[in-house]
Amino acid sequence: MTPGLLALLVLAIAAAGFVIGRKRALSAASGDSRSLHSLPGYYGQSVALFAAVPALVFLAGWLVLQPLLIDMRVGATITPADIPQGSSQSLVMSDVRRIADGLDVLAARGAPDTASLDPATLRSRLAEAGIALGNDVKPAIFDAATDYRARAAKGRLAMTVAVIALSAAGFAYAFSRITPAFRARNVVERFIKALLIGASSVAILTTLGIVLSLVFETTHFFRLYPAREFFLSLTWNPQFRGGSDLGIWPLLWGTLYVSFIALLVAVPVGIFAAIYLAEYAGRKTRATAKPLLEILAGIPTIVYGLFALITVGPMLRDYLAQPLGLGSSSSSVMTAGLVMGIMLIPFVSSLSDDIINAVPQAMRDGSYGLGATQSETVRQVILPAALPGIVGAVLLAASRAIGETMIVVMGAGAAAKMDLNPFEAMTTVTVKIVSQLTGDTEFASPETLVAFALGLTLFVFTLGLNILALYIVRKYREQYE
Amino acid sequence: MTAQAAPTHRSLYRLDTRTKRRNAAEKRFRLYGLAAVGFGVLALVVLLSSVLAQGVGAFRQTFVVMDVMLDEGVLDKSGTRDPEVMKKVTTIGYGKLLQTSLNAELAEKGFAVEGMSAKDVGALISKEAPAQLRDRVLADPDLVGQTIRFKAYANGRIDGYFKGRVSLQSAELDSNVTPEQLRLADTLRAAGIMELSFNPGFIFGPDASELRPEAAGLGVAILGSAYMMLIVLALALPLGVATSIYLEEFAPRNKWTDLIEVNIANLAAVPSIVFGILGLAVFINFAGLPQSSPLVGGLVLTLMTLPTIIIATRAALKAVPPSIKDAALGIGASKMQTVFHHVLPLAMPGILTGTIIGLAQALGETAPLLLIGMVAFVREYPAAPPEGFGDPAAALPVQVYNFTQRADPAFIERASGAIIVLMVFLLAMNLLAIILRRRFERRW
Repeated sequence: MTPGLLALLVLAIAAAGFVIGRKRALSAASGDSRSLHSLPGYYGQSVALFAAVPALVFLAGWLVLQPLLIDMRVGATITPADIPQGSSQSLVMSDVRRIADGLDVLAARGAPDTASLDPATLRSRLAEAGIALGNDVKPAIFDAATDYRARAAKGRLAMTVAVIALSAAGFAYAFSRITPAFRARNVVERFIKALLIGASSVAILTTLGIVLSLVFETTHFFRLYPAREFFLSLTWNPQFRGGSDLGIWPLLWGTLYVSFIALLVAVPVGIFAAIYLAEYAGRKTRATAKPLLEILAGIPTIVYGLFALITVGPMLRDYLAQPLGLGSSSSSVMTAGLVMGIMLIPFVSSLSDDIINAVPQAMRDGSYGLGATQSETVRQVILPAALPGIVGAVLLAASRAIGETMIVVMGAGAAAKMDLNPFEAMTTVTVKIVSQLTGDTEFASPETLVAFALGLTLFVFTLGLNILALYIVRKYREQYE
Repeated sequence: MTAQAAPTHRSLYRLDTRTKRRNAAEKRFRLYGLAAVGFGVLALVVLLSSVLAQGVGAFRQTFVVMDVMLDEGVLDKSGTRDPEVMKKVTTIGYGKLLQTSLNAELAEKGFAVEGMSAKDVGALISKEAPAQLRDRVLADPDLVGQTIRFKAYANGRIDGYFKGRVSLQSAELDSNVTPEQLRLADTLRAAGIMELSFNPGFIFGPDASELRPEAAGLGVAILGSAYMMLIVLALALPLGVATSIYLEEFAPRNKWTDLIEVNIANLAAVPSIVFGILGLAVFINFAGLPQSSPLVGGLVLTLMTLPTIIIATRAALKAVPPSIKDAALGIGASKMQTVFHHVLPLAMPGILTGTIIGLAQALGETAPLLLIGMVAFVREYPAAPPEGFGDPAAALPVQVYNFTQRADPAFIERASGAIIVLMVFLLAMNLLAIILRRRFERRW
């Protein structure tokens, strides 16, 4: 039975449980719901919850664990002799899985008996079924694949039986507890509360997953490639035949340069826009301009990327870079920085606007009373009071800029170099994560794994910036009340 | 006081230089502010109009409309009309058929095609057209032997010529098209054999190879994105609401709660590409879920959208006045009943608004999807859910990226057109959120 169908079946048992449990409670109270401890629906809910939740959790766990266990068992039967030159255990295992899938397809098409197929002709038969294999199937691999299929089928059957049994057991247990004195509401509410707690730990699990996967693969990378080189080398030159230089500095330089230019655009524009909207603009101007600026934050980054690629890049090249003799590439640090700056304007302006509005009116009135003009008030009273918040906003924008991917992928170029000319194409950490992980590459090579080290660097950087931003905002915030 | 210069008596209406300077500074400052707002709005306008201007063309396409005689001798020699037998005729056979049909049509209308072989004339038709004709015939074998009106895509270069991408000069240097072909295309257009018209294939059709931009469509990508949104909705909404209810209504102030809070704030700020790495490492490599499937994409986007939904839901829950809770508790409801029977329904409009905005964000997200293999070239529509969730599919924003990576400039137009489709979806979702908010939001 497929997992989806199984889940549906469990839900059906639960639904039946609700109806039957409710009926049972009422009949136990001989039709008088006043003699029940809880409302009749709660008795039904208790049966439904016990029938559905443990079984579904078990099903999810089984689905994750079964392939791992089978891989381990089948992998143990493959001897080093079965692994061709230049291949690895994991590649052979993926072949085994492909063949097993192919055998499923053949079986579904009505092949007589898949176990009796001849390994020698299997490749062409699988190709007919739409599964392409790199080389002919060795008998040992074929055996492993049939073994894999047998185990998978056995596992699936065991799963079906176990899940249905668990669901039925939950049903029976909850059902047997139904008496008029049974405190069904308390049980159900405790159960639901446990579910709520479970849901809220997903956030923790996600962070844990991110950190673990990054750290695990990064240590794997550093076993294949010296960490000193990664952190100290000034060249980035991946070779897919090995012997690459994977120094992070050119990428960091590109990232910081692009982010710097982006902030150079976004910070002044964002802060001035916030000041204007908060202090000068009339109600009508504010009501139209503020949402318009915020649309900029809602536009997907791929749109900015395309804008950089087809409009800004060629324009900068034709009207600035080429006449000035600074370069002839349409993707450049300047292109990416400028477009990213536009994207960041609302991040700076919205937050700054809120913070400026939070400065109490009394401070403005005091300043005006001493004869200051409006701009003097803004510069000498409001901005100093709002500064921590604004710095926080700028740091958050910086963290966005460093982690931004699509704009730099489409606007900044792919050449890893350290140059001061902003019209030169450079590359960033995020661009290289994408390019190292999207090609058809072997997963165990340092050229691929370096992406995880880059990802960890990125994660640490942005996390640091965010924590710093929160710290500054909290520490230097003036309390006005 | 004696040393002080005698006060100059002057009118208050005449400003001294210092006041003038201060007033000028004031004016300048104000102007800077206005300029900043103006820059932002201008950038928005330029951004949208450049994409719109580039992309509108993608919705219209050049077609060759002609009568095609479906010759039984070519398509179904056995005469059995059995699709299995007729499958033996490949697209090459159909291509020849189209070529002869177009040449016949030209001869019939009396156009001279001096200097061009029949093959050159046939090259005006897209290489994708034979496959479409073949699909149509195989779907309805009884068409064989009849003459049907067939609307074939014109070659991408011809289409580019009518849209101003290709000129007679550039054709001289282009090995894919000759100036003669372009001139012939002009004549055909004047004669009504070629026409520019709305192209539903762009929205509903599958992607096409790098050499056939005219046939590339967004159907698979839109379907893939829709599947992912379904998954995000089905997972992120319940998870987000459950988390928010717990944190807002039940959680005691302790270390564990603090940890959850910090984690949510943190996840909201993690760069999206890191979620892609998570998806690759955990969902694909560890759990063995299929690559480039909407399932993995949906899971990754769910994790990304959760913080947005949680923040919006908590704000909505907080906005429900305590008096309502007190009233419910006062007449004997349990805490759980209060939350589920009173607080949650009242907070629902706010929650839905936040969810729609979160979904819109997820719909436009590209970077994490690149890492989980959604860049793969996919022509097959995924099957209907739930099996279809595991089939390879594309996603709308990733399709835009894919188009921009191809050499033919016709794909730039396609990418911009795809952005327009994406933006229409986003606009619709945001409008829905605004309407929901306007209609149902209550101020207490």
